[in-house]
Amino acid sequence: MQNTSWIPLFPEQASTFAWQVDLLYAYLIVVSVAFTIPIVAAVFFFALKYRATEKYATPDEIHGSMVLEVVWSIIPFVISMTIFLGGAVIYYQQFTPPADSMDIYVVGKQWMWKVQHETGQREINELHVPVGRNIKLTMTTEDVLHDFDIPAFRTKADVVPGRYTYMWFNATKPGKYHLFCAEYCGLNHSGMGGWVYVMEQRDFDNWLSGNVSGQTPVEAGKDLFENKLGCASCHSGGPTQRGAKLEGIFNNDVKLVGGDVVKADDNYIRNSILNPASQIVEGYQPIMPTFKGQVTEEQLNSLVSYIKSLTPNATTGTAMAPAANAMAAPAANANNVPAANKPAAKSLANSSK
Amino acid sequence: MQTQEAIVQGLAAEPKLNYLTNGWTIKSWLLTKDHKRIAIMYLISVSVFFFMGGLYAGAIRLELLTPASDLLESGTYNKVFTQHGILMIFFFLIPSIPAILGNFLLPLMIGAKDLALPRINLLSLYIYWAGGALVLFALMQGGIDTGWTFYAPYSTTFSNTYVMLVGLGIFINGFSSILTGLNFIVTIHTMRAPGMTWFRLPLFVWAHYATSLVMILGTPVIAITILLLALERVGKIGIFDPSIGGDPILFQHLFWFYSHPAVYIMILPGMGVISELISNFSRKKIFGYEFIAFSSIAIAVFGFLVWGHHMFISGQSMYAGLVFSFLTMVVAVPSAIKVFNWTATLYKGSITFDTPMLYALGFLGLFLIGGLTGLFLGAMGLTVHLTDTYFIVAHFHYVMVGGQVIAYLGGIHYWWPKMTGKMYSEFWGKISAMLIFVGFNLTFFPQFILGYLGMPRRYASYPEELQVLNIFSTAGASVLGVGLLMPVVYLGHSLIFGKAAGDNPWMLPGLEWRTASPPPTENFEKMPVVTWEAYEFGEENGLDLEGARKRDAEAIPTT
Repeated sequence: MQNTSWIPLFPEQASTFAWQVDLLYAYLIVVSVAFTIPIVAAVFFFALKYRATEKYATPDEIHGSMVLEVVWSIIPFVISMTIFLGGAVIYYQQFTPPADSMDIYVVGKQWMWKVQHETGQREINELHVPVGRNIKLTMTTEDVLHDFDIPAFRTKADVVPGRYTYMWFNATKPGKYHLFCAEYCGLNHSGMGGWVYVMEQRDFDNWLSGNVSGQTPVEAGKDLFENKLGCASCHSGGPTQRGAKLEGIFNNDVKLVGGDVVKADDNYIRNSILNPASQIVEGYQPIMPTFKGQVTEEQLNSLVSYIKSLTPNATTGTAMAPAANAMAAPAANANNVPAANKPAAKSLANSSK
Repeated sequence: MQTQEAIVQGLAAEPKLNYLTNGWTIKSWLLTKDHKRIAIMYLISVSVFFFMGGLYAGAIRLELLTPASDLLESGTYNKVFTQHGILMIFFFLIPSIPAILGNFLLPLMIGAKDLALPRINLLSLYIYWAGGALVLFALMQGGIDTGWTFYAPYSTTFSNTYVMLVGLGIFINGFSSILTGLNFIVTIHTMRAPGMTWFRLPLFVWAHYATSLVMILGTPVIAITILLLALERVGKIGIFDPSIGGDPILFQHLFWFYSHPAVYIMILPGMGVISELISNFSRKKIFGYEFIAFSSIAIAVFGFLVWGHHMFISGQSMYAGLVFSFLTMVVAVPSAIKVFNWTATLYKGSITFDTPMLYALGFLGLFLIGGLTGLFLGAMGLTVHLTDTYFIVAHFHYVMVGGQVIAYLGGIHYWWPKMTGKMYSEFWGKISAMLIFVGFNLTFFPQFILGYLGMPRRYASYPEELQVLNIFSTAGASVLGVGLLMPVVYLGHSLIFGKAAGDNPWMLPGLEWRTASPPPTENFEKMPVVTWEAYEFGEENGLDLEGARKRDAEAIPTT
């Protein structure tokens, strides 16, 4: 929203969705005008032409017209179907993140946004992204509902406690854009927001290298898994391990006790950590304790990232090894974002606006 | 001298008591079973809530005059918009037309002495008072800040305001709706005068029939939802809050399962009023009677199947969203049918522009915009951008204020002579109708643009570049406020100084115009027998048009 005109009418177009949403908006304005003008004109015309010339006149009755009724039922229906289809096509894109997306994790909290990059950088109330890349946000909240809203990208999604929700975008124009919380969340709701900075890839790399990165989510997750929470004592160790096998489960079907088959997505992994008794994997005992209250949302994110990074391929080499070191290999995947070591970092705020 | 004459005239002309003069004690009002007196008590109570809700609206617009949260701090602002919504929706919009105009007119229009269940009718008023009193008490204690939508887990776990008290008030108030709906349905089925067949009913009655269906089928769901919310908030039973095992999306499903149909509770009666106004002030049979009647029923039925369109971005499944979006588009069709039929009714009519008709024509334009912007919000890809912004605020104000409130005011002006026996000032009536129309558009049209620019709703502060549009909106709100206050003055004035209206000032054929103004307690001196179709304006249906022309000719020199 860098409009400088006195009365702005349109927000900036800064993502691949923007022109589509704006096109649909324009179509709807055309439809609206096409309905409004004839009806208003007819009302004015009739009101003037047929105004009462004599008090208490009794004009001839017209009962109605089946033909007209059918016509003006079908035309709005057909037009509304075109609107439905247009909306559905765009919506399908908005909520179908491409597979090659760069992952970023978002945790909402009264009244701030905490963002973590795969490479470990953390931000608060700011989000830095490179231009022209598919970015997928995996979001949850520590307390109430929030909504991650970037009007310039024409997308938003509710952030729901107790589960992950997703949104994605592909920014098309470097710049600085409003970030709002759009779902009412209490006292400082209107203060819960900040800026999204879209940067050229080179500037983004500079920004990454200029920000001290802590552990990446996968590294942090590995640490929790192996040391802090001790998950590894049951979930690794090969054929005799007591806990369900985690290598390669992500995005694959899991057969549960009772015969249900579910897909192991982020929400499944998250729920298995917090409510292990609710979905017991076939062939295992319900012995896992709940970790509810013992892990923060950010730690959960890390654990989920780590478990997602476990591939069966990597484990064939290490499965027979003692538990503690079993998962060393996959952690390397984490740093596959290009080049964290480019020329001196320029301050982001200067470079982008 | 003049007063003496009036008294003598009054004694000669009105030996019989009407419903207003039949008993002067407070008890005769509080224990009345007369639907007309109950309607008047509703009118006064609902107006009080409308006024309070309006004050909150004024506070909201003043705060938004500047980008910073300076007039009200954000905590106060949150309470103000919450309380504006709760008072306006549950205590003004839902009861407005049904409980006031519906109560007063249904028996008159179908030729009955009263509603079928008069004691239940009085009970519904008391329940409304009880619910309203609880909510007012809660507001005085410190109010509530959850938004009128009560979304969990904020409302169940995090808010420290008077959620339980307000919830209880709304819970109780719901039974008032249910009883009113039940009463209307029974009355329409069993109390019609001889000859008043279903397809001779005024469309106002059809609209109320559809509304009543929604009231008795939908309202119990909000009662249950509030009960579950209370169980979680007080009993810590995990229903909605995921930290104790609940599901926050479940709350939204339950809430909107009632609250979307509730939108139709708010707009259908308004559509009924507009059908009356357009036909009667064009002196022309309504175009496509059956289509308007059945479109009301269709809206009531389909209205129950579209609640999920409030949740496109809430995390519900994409496929559920597709179905809800499709059904939302379908439900637009019956509304379109109504608009086309109203417009066609004007064709070859004999149109007069009395104040009620100005409201009706204003309604056509505003409802058109309200309905069409509903299509914007039903289109999923677009609504992802628009939802939770000022676009949605503007949209539902166009439907609720531009639709229901305008229809309500048109109806009040239209039936005022019948309710009070007095005529208000046409001049001031027209001025106020036009002020309301202009003020309304200036207030809410800029909000469509604000919404598309991305200004989120429920924000106490906003980015500076959005200020100019907000200033327009606040300026419009002050015009709208003046326009809305004017009727209080000239309608009040007419009670004492207004000209006697006569039984049928506009020579209209409806049964309500074929009895005295104000009507006697038992409505009709003898049971009317209906021999004409709805909306037939000719002399052959017992309307003494020639006599009325003479009456007017004589009246003109004296004024």
